[in-house]
Amino acid sequence: MPLIAAALSGLPWPRLGLAATLASSLGTLALTVHVALRVVSQGAVVAIPRWIAVDGLSGVVLLLIAFVSATSALFSWGYLAANAHETASMRIYYANYNLFIFSMLAIPMFREPTLVWIIVELTTVCSALLVSFDNTHEALEAAWKYVVLSLMGAAIALLGFLVLFASMQAGGGGAYTWDGLAAAAPKMPPILLQTAFVLILVGLGTKVGLVPMHTWLPDAHSQAPSPVCALLSGVETTAVLYVILRLFPVLQAAPGSHAETWAIVFGLLSVGVAAFLLLQVRDYKRMFAFSTVEHMGIILLAAGLGSSSAVRYSALYQALTHTLTKSFCFFAAGVALLAVGTREIASVRGLIRTSPVAGVSLLFGGLAIAGAPPFAVFLSEFSIFRAGLAEGRYLVIALLVLFIGIGFFGILFHVNRMVFGSSERPSRGRVRLPASCLAALGITGLLVLAFGVYMPEPLHKLLALGATTLAR
Amino acid sequence: MTTLDSLNMLAGGLFLLTAFGIVAARQARSSLGLFIAQSLLLAASALLLGLRYNSSHLYGVAVVNVVAKVILIPWILRRTLHQEIYTRREIDQVLNIPTSLLIALTLAIVAYFLTVPLQRAIEAQFRGPNIAIGFAVILLGTYTLAVRREAVPLLIALLAMENGAFFAGISLARTLPLLVELAIATDGLIVVFIAGVLIRAVHKHIGTTEVGALTRLRELTPDVQEEGSVRN
Repeated sequence: MPLIAAALSGLPWPRLGLAATLASSLGTLALTVHVALRVVSQGAVVAIPRWIAVDGLSGVVLLLIAFVSATSALFSWGYLAANAHETASMRIYYANYNLFIFSMLAIPMFREPTLVWIIVELTTVCSALLVSFDNTHEALEAAWKYVVLSLMGAAIALLGFLVLFASMQAGGGGAYTWDGLAAAAPKMPPILLQTAFVLILVGLGTKVGLVPMHTWLPDAHSQAPSPVCALLSGVETTAVLYVILRLFPVLQAAPGSHAETWAIVFGLLSVGVAAFLLLQVRDYKRMFAFSTVEHMGIILLAAGLGSSSAVRYSALYQALTHTLTKSFCFFAAGVALLAVGTREIASVRGLIRTSPVAGVSLLFGGLAIAGAPPFAVFLSEFSIFRAGLAEGRYLVIALLVLFIGIGFFGILFHVNRMVFGSSERPSRGRVRLPASCLAALGITGLLVLAFGVYMPEPLHKLLALGATTLAR
Repeated sequence: MTTLDSLNMLAGGLFLLTAFGIVAARQARSSLGLFIAQSLLLAASALLLGLRYNSSHLYGVAVVNVVAKVILIPWILRRTLHQEIYTRREIDQVLNIPTSLLIALTLAIVAYFLTVPLQRAIEAQFRGPNIAIGFAVILLGTYTLAVRREAVPLLIALLAMENGAFFAGISLARTLPLLVELAIATDGLIVVFIAGVLIRAVHKHIGTTEVGALTRLRELTPDVQEEGSVRN
């Protein structure tokens, strides 16, 4: 909530904008940690009954948003300075940045579905100008596609939320909140509920980047400035997916709605298509963007499988590890872009020699996001496999393993060539990388490593709590 | 069936007709005019349903709609994109107009059959022509988005889709809190404003608003390959 003040203070002077952004995002992070700890100890924190509250599931998402927004603010500091923008556009950048973060933080906090819809639409418009920030042909094209497709999705989702409201009335009424919906679900007509779910899945799925509707995502997520990519890919998608996940307890309560099947089909399709697209990318930021499509598919699939608490827990765990690792990847890509000045995979070779820091972090990020063993993503994917197998969904898991394997080789093939390949061309010479970028990289990287081996107790409890919110 | 019901039916029919008009319009200006007419019809339908079911809430919806969509949104559009709207220029689409209209007609019929099971599931007082027409307008909007190439008609198609969702909504979700309606309207204004800024930036930096021609971001385009080989 103190972010409104921060957003306003982002306006006047560039220096102040930066300072205010850093201070407010750190403040918000501290506050969300506090809220999350209270959620762990009390089960839920209610600010305004019926309108604003935080429970386990929203606590996880809130924490992720606050964390990535803080590291991205840190990264923006050095990244923008290195790209030497004029002060007027810096002001616009920070103002939009704060508004964007504010709108994302509001997604998990609001309880009324239609308000959440509005906030989701706001995240689109607040981030549109961040995507087009570079004002190049490509950036503007990406931003335009992003806005048009997301808003189209939003209109479809709006109809979905209105049908949901109607099914609530048909089911006897009550307060139109997530909890109220779950309570009224058994009495709702399944056909209405199912229609609402499909409309919302398609509508919001556009913004999450699920496969038939994913075409804008690699464009927007590759053309935006790197700190913004980290936010878009790392948390915005997760936050919108959270809204879809919110519907699962409602649908499970109503017999005869095939929400799980829809989720599994969309999830598998996303993972599969993204895996093959990963093999043939030419731009390393696009590569990470496709990997986002893949991971969103994995999370949705895991949530669809979730009839046991283990699967649901691992879905949330996957969301957590994906967010951390993906923000790291985009920071690494940003550093690499500063070091070599091109996004093309084909023209980056031997990065480990020209810029050791960028090379090592890109390798580290590539390994981590592809799911190599010591990293957190491996653990979360493995826990999904195990939980899925325990439920006897052999075919789904086999396909999932196959697709993840293809994606794994795709990412590592490209990263390997970029980092170790021999370059015939003379290098541009060493570029001094901004200290704040390295700091953001370091903090996130440390956490990515740490979660691979150690899970703090309160966080574990928060995830478990979130998993119980996902079911009834 | 009361007079109010038949009047509402008339408003619905005209509402659907404006959506067809948006599919077929030849000028950005007429597309905007059709959108204004459509929003007025939405407000009229809300008013009629409000009278019919004696719901002051729907009067609120009608007022919010007129203020936001008939007055403010066109005003913002004219302010930010004056040149785009008033230059007399044919705005083409991928298919020719008769074909487009035929496809649109098919979509409208599909929408009707899609909503039949929904209509059965809800109580009688929430039923009506609004639901099928709302779904149809959403489908028509999606179709328009697919075939149009110019920025302003695309934006208007998006707004028309939102109108369609609301048209179904005033019948389906009649008791939605007014706060929500107000927030949605405000949101619509911000959307139009940002889109306007974006379209202007596109015009300034690329020199055209024919966004259908923006196709640089592809996976495997020949010119990207050429660029790559030159750099190598």
